[in-house]
Amino acid sequence: MTRAPGGDAPAEVSMGAALNRALRDAVAGDPDVVVYGEDVGPLGGVFRVTDGLHGEFGDERVFDSPLAESGIVGTAIGMAMYGLRPVVEMQFDAFAYPAFEQVVSHLAKTRNRTRGAVPLPVVVRVPYGGGIGGVEHHSDSSEAYYTHTPGLRVVTPGTPADAYSMLREAIACDDPVVFLEPKRRYWSKEAVELPVRTEPMDRPVVRRQGTDVTLVAYGPMVETALEAAGAAAGEGRSIEVVDLRQLAPLDDSVLVESVCRTGRAVVVHEASVFGGYGAEVAARVTERCFHYLEAPVLRVGGLDVPYPPPRLEGYHLPDAERILAAVDRLQWESEWVEGGPG
Amino acid sequence: MDRHGRRVEHPLFTAPDPARLADLHRAMVIGRRFNQQAGTLARQGRLAVYPSSTGQEAAQVGGVLALSEQDWLFPSYRDSVALITRGVDPAQVLTLFRGDWHSGYDPRRHRCAPQCTPLATNASHAVGLTYAARRKGHDVAALALMGDGATSEGDAHEAYNFAAVWNTPVVFLVQNNHWAISVPLRRQTAAPTLAHKAIGYGMRGYHVDGNDAAAVHAVVSRALAEARAGGGPAIVEAVTYRVDPHTNSDAPQRYRDESEVAYWVERDPLLRTEALLRAEGVLGDAEETDRVLASFGADAERVAALVRERMAGEDAPDPDSLFTDVYSTVPPLLDRQRRELAAELREV
Repeated sequence: MTRAPGGDAPAEVSMGAALNRALRDAVAGDPDVVVYGEDVGPLGGVFRVTDGLHGEFGDERVFDSPLAESGIVGTAIGMAMYGLRPVVEMQFDAFAYPAFEQVVSHLAKTRNRTRGAVPLPVVVRVPYGGGIGGVEHHSDSSEAYYTHTPGLRVVTPGTPADAYSMLREAIACDDPVVFLEPKRRYWSKEAVELPVRTEPMDRPVVRRQGTDVTLVAYGPMVETALEAAGAAAGEGRSIEVVDLRQLAPLDDSVLVESVCRTGRAVVVHEASVFGGYGAEVAARVTERCFHYLEAPVLRVGGLDVPYPPPRLEGYHLPDAERILAAVDRLQWESEWVEGGPG
Repeated sequence: MDRHGRRVEHPLFTAPDPARLADLHRAMVIGRRFNQQAGTLARQGRLAVYPSSTGQEAAQVGGVLALSEQDWLFPSYRDSVALITRGVDPAQVLTLFRGDWHSGYDPRRHRCAPQCTPLATNASHAVGLTYAARRKGHDVAALALMGDGATSEGDAHEAYNFAAVWNTPVVFLVQNNHWAISVPLRRQTAAPTLAHKAIGYGMRGYHVDGNDAAAVHAVVSRALAEARAGGGPAIVEAVTYRVDPHTNSDAPQRYRDESEVAYWVERDPLLRTEALLRAEGVLGDAEETDRVLASFGADAERVAALVRERMAGEDAPDPDSLFTDVYSTVPPLLDRQRRELAAELREV
């Protein structure tokens, strides 16, 4: 129950708790769902996202595996070939790299390789991104590695309600899903009654309506973009925030509609800007909204440096201020501010 | 068998019965002919590439015929003979090498996973599949095929370890054909044998003459029976030799001596089973034996003719098939590319 005692308003739920509840409801609702990975059993995961599940459902359904990410994803593929729906956890973004070959060469391709005969309903949960003061290898934004691989659905929730709904949908989906959990938002709360069904995960949503500029964000940056939009409203600038949710395959219709209406766009992510997912968004928006654009599409992201140590990560991660600085550069006065030779 | 095809008894293993000995030989005769035919098609440009397993027929046939109907086979790219022995349409086995599609057969039909090109990566699939089957209460074992080079991969290690920890019924059949393209076994491992690797995982390792179909069959059968009974997975190292080049585009004269090949050709697995069948009168008297062996040859010719005919067609794969199975539904941006390609083709 998430309803507050004695009141009608739903209780506040953290994203971590929403994910935990989604896993519990999925395991309870389908005997083919199994949850496994490193430390997801009695410990409940290093972020406690699987808290209580081992005790409730037992070792047959929720269990610890050997510490080997390629083996975890590889065995999940085999299980899915025989009708299970495995949900596996990669403990941290950078610890998922040993599984990369299984993800790219098999998980993403087996349906296509077999002309649809062998679908792989596997969910790979990856806590990703920075902002928690983690030492090296604990804060990577690895989404572009996955979105560049056809055959994968790559999704990332920005709110607790979406975290619940999208994880349930991902587990029910017949395609493999890389489910990126913005770990710094595990403790972010929202008043929502669970279970909840939000928009289908392959549809971007407008989180805040506005008329002057579209901020395109996903995962951990949704909250930051909303913060920026709130601050800008005080200064008389109306910012629309689009939350992409499913990064690949992308449904760009909501995005294109929004930018054609506002005429300006800034795409925001934690990952380094160069070659990042924002480049795809910027190119796509430019191609499809060119005649509606009042200014170049700008990207705000992390620096093009390896993820910094905790005491320096504040310089790397985009915040509301950096987003608003970019918004300010969108040629409001028709002056040329950016780019060009020299 | 010894190298001349004379029967050798072993206290631990049960030799195949006469009917099974005949099956083993027949499958090898067909496999050998298939390898030759596919090699010819590759030289003619009818196939994009073909990795021959000539010389390794006993290892593949002996392993596959030890499987039960409900079991699964996880082949690598050099295991065409294993697949046709399992009953997969020979022309569909060649779909990958012709370049029509990645996998030409429905894996569920014969319980054969797609041919795996990245080395050892399908071994953990076998572990997961047998784990899932056991959870569903099904008696399903798996045979995961890999080569000597593949045992150096991290994925082989992870699969061995997961299988042993989860006690899943998987037999890892390592065809040690001595060459990983151009790199000899001594540069792959410092282990006394590849079977020794099993010790570190807490499972059994078997070392068997991979050019002796009867021995491979006996050893894999025993390993599968033990695994099914809860005794855990096993590594079976079948020592054999890749007589042909790695593929039709390889140049083996750059890295190995012809005398080495000649040594192994003398130990040809087909000659040995044929010698046994004749010496023991397994197929009947001399006349009857000749007749049955000729019928095996005729079966092999039929397979070769079918493959020639099916590969001679000028049918082109449908470009629309590029889009249909990437996801369970065609997403909007992919659908746009699909329509763009269709329009492009209409203009041509």
